[in-house]
Amino acid sequence: MASVHIDARGLHYTPLNQQIRAAVAGGATEIVIDHVLGQRFIGDGLRGDGVTITVNGVPGGDLGMFMSGPTIIVNGNADHAPGNTMDSGTIVIHGSAGDAVAHSMRGGRVFVRDNIGYRGGIHMKQYMEKRPILVIGGAARAFLGEYMAGGLLVVLGLDGSSPISERGLGSGIHGGEIFVRGGVEEKYLGVGARQLAATDAGKKTIEPVLRDFARAFGIDAGPLLTSEYTRITPASARPFANKYTWE
Amino acid sequence: MCGIIGVIDRRRKCMDGTGIKAALSMMNERGSGEGAGYVAYGIYPEYKDFYALHVFFDNIRENKGALDTLLERWGTIVHDEQIKTYEQPNIRKVHTPWRYFFRPDRSLMPKSTTPDEDIVTHLVMTVNAEKNGTLIFSSGKNLGVFKAAGWPEEVADFYRIQDYKGYLWLAHNRYPTNTPGWWGGAHPFNLLDWSVVHNGEITSYGTNRRYIESYGYKCTMYTDTEVVAYLVDLLIRKHGLSEKMAVRALAPPFWEEIDRMPAKEQELNRAIRLTYGPALMNGPFAICVANADSLVGFTDRIKLRPLVTGEHGDRLYISSEEAAIRTMEPDVANITMPKAGEPVIGRVVA
Repeated sequence: MASVHIDARGLHYTPLNQQIRAAVAGGATEIVIDHVLGQRFIGDGLRGDGVTITVNGVPGGDLGMFMSGPTIIVNGNADHAPGNTMDSGTIVIHGSAGDAVAHSMRGGRVFVRDNIGYRGGIHMKQYMEKRPILVIGGAARAFLGEYMAGGLLVVLGLDGSSPISERGLGSGIHGGEIFVRGGVEEKYLGVGARQLAATDAGKKTIEPVLRDFARAFGIDAGPLLTSEYTRITPASARPFANKYTWE
Repeated sequence: MCGIIGVIDRRRKCMDGTGIKAALSMMNERGSGEGAGYVAYGIYPEYKDFYALHVFFDNIRENKGALDTLLERWGTIVHDEQIKTYEQPNIRKVHTPWRYFFRPDRSLMPKSTTPDEDIVTHLVMTVNAEKNGTLIFSSGKNLGVFKAAGWPEEVADFYRIQDYKGYLWLAHNRYPTNTPGWWGGAHPFNLLDWSVVHNGEITSYGTNRRYIESYGYKCTMYTDTEVVAYLVDLLIRKHGLSEKMAVRALAPPFWEEIDRMPAKEQELNRAIRLTYGPALMNGPFAICVANADSLVGFTDRIKLRPLVTGEHGDRLYISSEEAAIRTMEPDVANITMPKAGEPVIGRVVA
């Protein structure tokens, strides 16, 4: 297993990404990047199953955008839209993330230990075997799952905070599903979303995801598996049909 | 897309411009090299009792005499000098920055309860509306705006902002979208004590502008942000609202949220919305507003632009990106994302 270290102090994202790509092309499977501070686009468009990139610091926006295969582990907070249109692979964030996390994601997984900003999972989609997953350990802000077209969102509220305490949850959702640990006040539901208590069968479907999440952060999966969940799904496949078209 | 950052030291301990220059430059992806600027509070202690007017002259010979005459008609020029600049390869010096320290003659505004401020506001509005080669872009006491068309580090080096020491700084990296970039369109925008930096777009600009111009302010900079500086001056200085209530007027809760509030809260929020309907700002924005005693950060009600805050000792930082704050202060703590439409306020205690 070849390992490569990169010192990103003062390095612009273009040479940084060139070094990452060169390392992957050279057969590296472990890439550790130190002193990351605000560099955007890390690992964007990168291909390579079995490659793990450890980001030590606070990366800039669009981490792992269009990425296909690698695993990125962030030891710090991420900025906006990690996992933007990601194709496959995994992003694990040991901290919080900004707005539009997993924006338009089409496959793979994003696990965030703490909180995320506004519009998490906006326009996530799915097709055939491609089903993106975003799990948030803490809380999500307003408009989680806005215009969601597919995939799975899970919000856990593990730090004792309420997982959802702002408006627009699943606003315009027309595919996919959102699981929230505990209950969700009706006033926080967005247009086009409906909620039901998750059934045992429904909880069973997210069990493997919860186990993986717990393993990624070294926490006990037990309480996650025994908790009650609320499942948010689309009220219809075309929530804004009468807004844009007349039939 | 623009980059903003602000910092206040609650005990007025001064910092030079080195840190904020590095932080702003770190967000260069957010700008386009067509405008950048800084404002620092506490930089003119020896002239702190006088209004520091920063002026762009298109041509000293042609434009300066008229301004001197106007200022002398309304008060006393205590001191004036060219603002020192240092040539930069990519900045074309199309204006000459000048500073005046000015004492208004109160007896000329006998019916006003705030004659000094009203004279200075009148001068700023009159001169800027005439557009005759003179632009007053900074008019507060013991503070100064430094801005130009260029990248953050170029503009910083052009004015050598590292030579200025302030306890409160704002900085802005511009990416103009709806109007061309120019020196006067760079942020911060300032009137009297108020300085504003803004990332986003005030789509309600037309309504806000008509409203603010009905109070005698004049929008002359070809861009939306200046309206925020005037709204803040009207709501806080003239109408006496607190910073918190002013933000409530500019980015109020939605009606359905008001409907769910307890009766007393409802009454207050309805009154604010009905009174200040034309001051409501729509569109995506993240804004920092400063005056001599406070730094306020807030976003639009549905959070269409980023804003994070952090603290270190007596300092509160507000910025578009956490990494920018960490560039200034690696040991920053309590990184937080403010809720949409809700202000974060840092106030001096000394």
